[in-house]
Amino acid sequence: MRLINKIGEWFDHRLQLTAPIREAAEHPVPRNTASWFYVFGSAALTVFILQLVTGILLALIYVPSGGEAWSSLQALNHQVTLGWFIRAMHGWGSNFMVAIVLIHMAQVFLFGAHKYPRELTWIVGVFLLLMTLGMAFTGQVMRFDQDAYWGLGIGASIASRVPIIGPAVVKLMLGGPIIAGATLSRFFALHVFVIPGMLIAFVSLHVLMVLKLGINEWPMPGRIVKRATYEAEYHAMTKSEGAPFVPYAIWKDMFFAAFIILAVAACAYYLGPFGPTGQPDPTIIQTAPKPDYFFLWLYALLSLLPPSLETPFLLICPPLVIIGLILLPFLSGEGEKSWRRRPIAVVSVRSVESAHERLERRSSARPIHTWHNRPRAAGCARVSGQAVSQLPLNRRYWGTKGASSG
Amino acid sequence: MTTKPVIAPSTENTLSRRGFFMKLGILFNGLAAMVVAVPIVRFLLSSVARGQENGYLSWVSLGDVTNFPEGETRMTTFRNPFVMPTDGKTVNTACWVRRISGNQFQVFAINCAHLGCPVHWFPQSGLFMCPCHGGAYYRDGARASGPPERGLFEYPYKIEDGVLTINAGQLPTPGDPVASLSAEKPPCA
Repeated sequence: MRLINKIGEWFDHRLQLTAPIREAAEHPVPRNTASWFYVFGSAALTVFILQLVTGILLALIYVPSGGEAWSSLQALNHQVTLGWFIRAMHGWGSNFMVAIVLIHMAQVFLFGAHKYPRELTWIVGVFLLLMTLGMAFTGQVMRFDQDAYWGLGIGASIASRVPIIGPAVVKLMLGGPIIAGATLSRFFALHVFVIPGMLIAFVSLHVLMVLKLGINEWPMPGRIVKRATYEAEYHAMTKSEGAPFVPYAIWKDMFFAAFIILAVAACAYYLGPFGPTGQPDPTIIQTAPKPDYFFLWLYALLSLLPPSLETPFLLICPPLVIIGLILLPFLSGEGEKSWRRRPIAVVSVRSVESAHERLERRSSARPIHTWHNRPRAAGCARVSGQAVSQLPLNRRYWGTKGASSG
Repeated sequence: MTTKPVIAPSTENTLSRRGFFMKLGILFNGLAAMVVAVPIVRFLLSSVARGQENGYLSWVSLGDVTNFPEGETRMTTFRNPFVMPTDGKTVNTACWVRRISGNQFQVFAINCAHLGCPVHWFPQSGLFMCPCHGGAYYRDGARASGPPERGLFEYPYKIEDGVLTINAGQLPTPGDPVASLSAEKPPCA
């Protein structure tokens, strides 16, 4: 024991990290924030770490080459011990990550945590959401199958509509004139180096600000945020009725983190990995490409818009939404925090949610064309025969459910 | 007797020796950054630069014209002329060939003019249809219905010694149709 202490002291004398870590762990938080509503941020971080670990494991086998990516995924699914499980964890982890980040965002918004002085924490969070979606899209490309191939075509078609620079953007995105090996390589660089590096930096900033500014107190109707007085009130509150984050609040985060990891593992085990569907061979056109669930709403929306509205919608709406989210803490930086006194906030979250849900349902309903319901030209291609039939029944690609409801 | 160097008291207006060297250091690093930035940017944009003025396009053979019966529309494939070693099967490209009569052809890109999904030809109904969002086109490629804003992308073709060749090599997209079917034509021309 004395030896361990001595080694510890030796390191601390050089690193001097014990004091700041203890200070961060024991910083006082308002007692009412030790709530199950406050666990989504740490859950998002947990899933992100899980993604880093499973992603590195997949990179041990995966080959980011247009000619070999698909077969290296087959090797992961069928040849490498538990390769299918690591793939499934990574795929389900990405679904969980997008969902948890969105829930975290909605909770933070409804609890007024974006208001003074946490505006920058919110803005960094908006960028984290965009990066998470970027990871989801580039990750779908890593599964270099038919869906990934035609999904890139959809991305290129959207990018091409940008006035003047559209064609150049497409060639920059594809790394050449067509979707090919260079396209996969650059999406690999984005998915594995660029976006994760940015995510790590931004997550660190985000967490640092939560520590520096303190966690948002439980919003009480009638307790108004004012720039002049908020910080003094907050400090008085944490001083008089605060409790140390460790162990008072952290145990709920820990329980939820473990629950989420187990949930990802359970989905991975029982529902299996995503694809890959058919080979990325553009001459096999018997396919009905469909994006992963986080982009299904957009896919559905694109079939409902009138042709003349589509380009303006695609090019104007996303930047407007992003600018709106960034400006939000400046537009409503003070005032009521409680959702009980913020009907517009509640209605907007509720409408986004129900619009999303309806579009998601639309995407499997195939609204426009009826020829699609004929005996499964499309469905067969979606579940590429050989790849899936080799998996045990309980681990087959689950996404076929939508095909039969067509 | 030697005079000792006196360090001039730095005021706001005078440049100290250290300050001067720091500015020189920044300038020197700026120069180094520029020297490195030029090749980096040129490397990054190489795929864009190559594509200027249709640098990716060339004439590709689709085979003997006799492979395409008159009055029919058939799918055929060709290898994209621009190939990289890691491309695998992605350089194989499909297209629809419609032989109207004699040496009169129409060669359509496989990609829907909406979002690039592969369109299918249905001879029974005489329509091209897209599995993604339900875009439909007439047999001459003109838009029939659905979300596409225009007709199918069309490759320029020529016939040399009885061989059908098309000018291809680039993914056609709504913003960059390469070789395009100009306007919507009346149905079933």
